[in-house]
Amino acid sequence: MSEYLLLLLGTALVNNVVLVKFLGLCPFMGVSKKMDGALGMSMATTFVLTLATAATWMLEHWLLMPLGIQYLRILAFILTIAAVVQFTEMVIRKTSPGLYQVLGIYLPLITTNCAVLGIALLNVQEKNSFMHSLLYGFGSALGFSLVMLLFTGLRVRLALAQVPPAFSGAPIGFVVAGLLALSFMGFAGLA
Amino acid sequence: MLLSAIVSLTLLGTILGLLLGLAARYLKVEGNPLVAELEQLLPGSQCGQCGFPGCIGAAQALAEGSVSVTLCPPGGRAVAQLLAAKLGIEADLSGVADNVPRIAEIKEEICIGCTRCFKVCPTDAIMGAAQQIHVVFREACTACGKCEEVCPTESVKLQPIPATLQSWYWNKPTGALA
Amino acid sequence: MLSAKLFKLRGGVHPEGRKNLSAERHIRTLPLPQKLFVPLQQHIGAPASPVVNVGDKVLKGQLIAVAQGAVSSSIHAPTSGVIVALGDHVAPHPSGLPVPTITLQSDGAENWIACETIADPFALTPEDIAARVGAAGIVGLGGATFPSALKLNLSRSSGVQTLIMNGGECEPYLTCDDRIMRERAAEIVEGIRLIAYAVAAQEILVGIEDNKPEAIAAMQAASVDTPVKVVAMPSMYPMGSEKQIIQVLTGKEVPAGGRPADIGVLVHNVATAYAVQQAIRFGKPLLSRLVTLSGGAIKTPCNVEALIGTPVEELIAFADGYAQPAARMVLGGPMMGQQFTNTNVPVVKGTSGVLALTASEIGQAEPSPCIRCSTCIRACPVGLMPVEMVSRIRASDLAAAVDFGLKDCIACGSCSYVCPAHIPLVHYFNYAKGDLAAQERTKLKQEATKKLADARNERIARIERERAEAAARRKAAREAKAAKAAAEKAAEEVA
Repeated sequence: MSEYLLLLLGTALVNNVVLVKFLGLCPFMGVSKKMDGALGMSMATTFVLTLATAATWMLEHWLLMPLGIQYLRILAFILTIAAVVQFTEMVIRKTSPGLYQVLGIYLPLITTNCAVLGIALLNVQEKNSFMHSLLYGFGSALGFSLVMLLFTGLRVRLALAQVPPAFSGAPIGFVVAGLLALSFMGFAGLA
Repeated sequence: MLLSAIVSLTLLGTILGLLLGLAARYLKVEGNPLVAELEQLLPGSQCGQCGFPGCIGAAQALAEGSVSVTLCPPGGRAVAQLLAAKLGIEADLSGVADNVPRIAEIKEEICIGCTRCFKVCPTDAIMGAAQQIHVVFREACTACGKCEEVCPTESVKLQPIPATLQSWYWNKPTGALA
Repeated sequence: MLSAKLFKLRGGVHPEGRKNLSAERHIRTLPLPQKLFVPLQQHIGAPASPVVNVGDKVLKGQLIAVAQGAVSSSIHAPTSGVIVALGDHVAPHPSGLPVPTITLQSDGAENWIACETIADPFALTPEDIAARVGAAGIVGLGGATFPSALKLNLSRSSGVQTLIMNGGECEPYLTCDDRIMRERAAEIVEGIRLIAYAVAAQEILVGIEDNKPEAIAAMQAASVDTPVKVVAMPSMYPMGSEKQIIQVLTGKEVPAGGRPADIGVLVHNVATAYAVQQAIRFGKPLLSRLVTLSGGAIKTPCNVEALIGTPVEELIAFADGYAQPAARMVLGGPMMGQQFTNTNVPVVKGTSGVLALTASEIGQAEPSPCIRCSTCIRACPVGLMPVEMVSRIRASDLAAAVDFGLKDCIACGSCSYVCPAHIPLVHYFNYAKGDLAAQERTKLKQEATKKLADARNERIARIERERAEAAARRKAAREAKAAKAAAEKAAEEVA
């Protein structure tokens, strides 16, 4: 049990997918202007990431490995992830039109969210078991959501601040993201 | 080896495609309730200034996301903000803010009482009869400009609404510091 | 009496009073001006509607414009003379926009209309008192200019226990309430008792700031053997604001968006009590008011009783003109007053002061960046966070500013006064409130026009349908006729 908890904590904080591994920076910068959008994006990514790790684990262990065609891994993974995202989009559209409007163009973007593919590939690299893979995916998604919401909170305040013109907008956003990443290095002490 | 790769990936693709096709059928959304809600927010005068035949067309385009929320000139900033809130997007309202609220005004000296303007007015804001000078009800005019187009003597013109004690308010302090 | 329990007020500031400029000056009556400009809107609500025409001769006190709708107030001729114009005149308002105004040329005779004097006003019914107050065109003379009769009726129907008379006069420079309490205390006390009788209030408190000891003494002397209780309050701005004086005297807080009547309190200004007494006892409508003329640029600061409609320049001439060029002219107090430039603006029912301030008195400085020191938060008497509201208004996020309580801001100016960075906070709030109101108006108009458009579409559809039906009927009739003709023809042939 404590092993699972450590894994979850480790992936969410110490090896944070965004601020330590620098994966999934596109939605991190793109959807962090408003709390609603950030929350929706976090939830959608959590859903997709967990589902995708499960799907890719099964694909790897039940199809690619027996047939010895691991060199097609990226191709097969992308295909599966794209299908999972499509499925998510349909579910959200059916169940929550409001959320669908909020996520808008970002939902299809999860297909190309490198965090999703990255976590799936890392799982294979580290030869995780199914349960471990699932937790690894879920923990990464938690970490993604955490920094996403933290960063959005900062950016909402930043929108009210008087930033010198040369820095206003994305530049100050990157500066803040960098500072946030620095502070996340502090979690390395936990390991 | 090569064969198994080709076959397995083809199969994978086919199965996922089939699953998505099935999901598309079962999770199909009947129409878009958003369109009706958006149409409610629009002025409903069907003036056509947005480039769509009527407010329903504009609402559909808005729901698809193919047009900006600032498309409605009579609605101005207020409607743009409502639409942006409904769609959950951030709207660049800077272009609309400059749009001074206007109103149709009839120059009585050159009005010939042809009745064309009040026939096209979508909100019945113009009153008049043949061979008589027409007048505009300020409260009902949406500044859609239809009357301006049809007037043969250019007697109808859109004019900025003059400020009154009730409508006047302090402008935003300039000096960017605060 | 003076040891009544007081409650603490949140926030507030202590601006320099500068009341000594005019506090010792007796009330003098302004000489009759040649022309009086009486705006139709001198109160909150709908403008009054004129009942006179150009060329009409009017008597002093004659009704010249009648209240329109539920919230409005009547206006009377301030002197006898001839109506010379019904048109636009510059408004006593920072916009300087023209407003509908009745211009009266005085004949110098001051012929009064017949007034009904009542020996025992307490024999009247409370409803009658409210009606007479309304007919006299009395509005809140503290500056808010809300029609007093309406306030009396609202308070009576909602059951008010406490009547608070506001003698705070917390704005710097202003001394008109101070003077009226010193010189006309007996009349004020009678007016207070009339108001209390009209709303059946059990407790009557007169709150006066302790920087006016003479006024407190005069009011106490006049209120001996009456239920009127005079209370000295600490001098602090904005003690004279309605919600703040309630909090200090009763410890109750008016709920956000609510009225004092919601917590059983009615607040009136002491000058209003005087006007009420004059109206009930002598039948005199509100024709004049006390105005403080002050500021460093005025040669002889003083308190004058001026007729409504007197151009401000006549007041300034009465005070011996300017001692030095005025950097800013203000109607009302320096904290909440209205800036104006055209000295031809008339004195209206809400004009408590005319200030000509020098550059050093304004102390205007260029705003510098906010350092988030939170001084404004400590100064706010309502308990808002001006710094947060301003940053949101600047970023054009008015909805967020409303979430921070923008609607509860009383625009007292305490935050702007204390801001070390000289940020014009209240200017931002006034802009935001105006913008929100404009948006609200646009929305209402849009709803109305949408209804009109729908009605038109429906009407056009109905006309089309009726036309089609009529055409169908005609066609049917024609066919029936043709069929009948054919049948007759056939019958003829048979025959």
